[in-house]
Amino acid sequence: MNRLLSFLFHQGVLDEQFLQLQQLQDETSPNFVSEVVNIYFHESEKLLRNLRALLMERELMDYKKMGIDLNQLMGSSSSIGAKRVTNVCVAFRVATEQNNRVGCFRALEMLEHEYCYLKNKLHELFQIEQQRDLAAGVRYPVQN
Amino acid sequence: MGMAKDNQFHVLAVDDSIIDRMLIERLLKTSSFQVTAVDSATKALKFLGLVEDVASEIHQDVDVNLIITDYCMPGMTGYDLLRKVKESKSFKDIPVVIMSSENVPSRINRCLEEGAEEFFLKPVQQSDVNKLKPHLLKSRVKEEQEQPINN
Repeated sequence: MNRLLSFLFHQGVLDEQFLQLQQLQDETSPNFVSEVVNIYFHESEKLLRNLRALLMERELMDYKKMGIDLNQLMGSSSSIGAKRVTNVCVAFRVATEQNNRVGCFRALEMLEHEYCYLKNKLHELFQIEQQRDLAAGVRYPVQN
Repeated sequence: MGMAKDNQFHVLAVDDSIIDRMLIERLLKTSSFQVTAVDSATKALKFLGLVEDVASEIHQDVDVNLIITDYCMPGMTGYDLLRKVKESKSFKDIPVVIMSSENVPSRINRCLEEGAEEFFLKPVQQSDVNKLKPHLLKSRVKEEQEQPINN
């Protein structure tokens, strides 16, 4: 495990589920992790935009709709091993169940922050792996 | 399209989350299962050839050995799908496994009582998928005992 990944585990940003993802990657599915993660990014950003739009409603806030979007975000975050993002989703969901507008705002801010951090770190991780694979390709000729 | 390959078991996976669908499909394929993944219970019923009107239930060439479905889905839930499968003549003996991100004992019991073989908490692990083969082998043996003549 490389140092960045160790660090992310240590910080609780990622959990064992991310390792599961890596274990599912092999010669038959060599880009599995990045495929899943890229879809996760795409989906999450859409959900985060939805949540922000719902919170921006001046009048009646649709806490139920927020809860639905949160469940989706929570589920996919948990599925890729994004532990801190998942945990913030849980707290956010509690705030929606309590119709706590201020709590929801705070949770969304935290969620956006954690998501950004995760995305940056995962990009870094993929870059490191790419460079390592390139280096390995140079050092060791392809063997059949 | 629906025929199971010779010795491979064919699993029908149902989940509205694209990420979870990718995961379960990968998990199943690495365990040498043939997989068909759909994003709704309605599509699952369509794939099986089970439509709303039970009278028009046609026995297709579809050969599904196990159904694994998410519990919480918009429209028809995994629980509804479980019930429909267990109520059908052609498919009631197919093992059904439920997945859920929520650990709700009453939900788990309901599903098991309705005939689900297993209930997996998400995220589903390799160790969960390893539990499927015994159910499949048991079904295959039962199938062979009940229908000695194949078409």
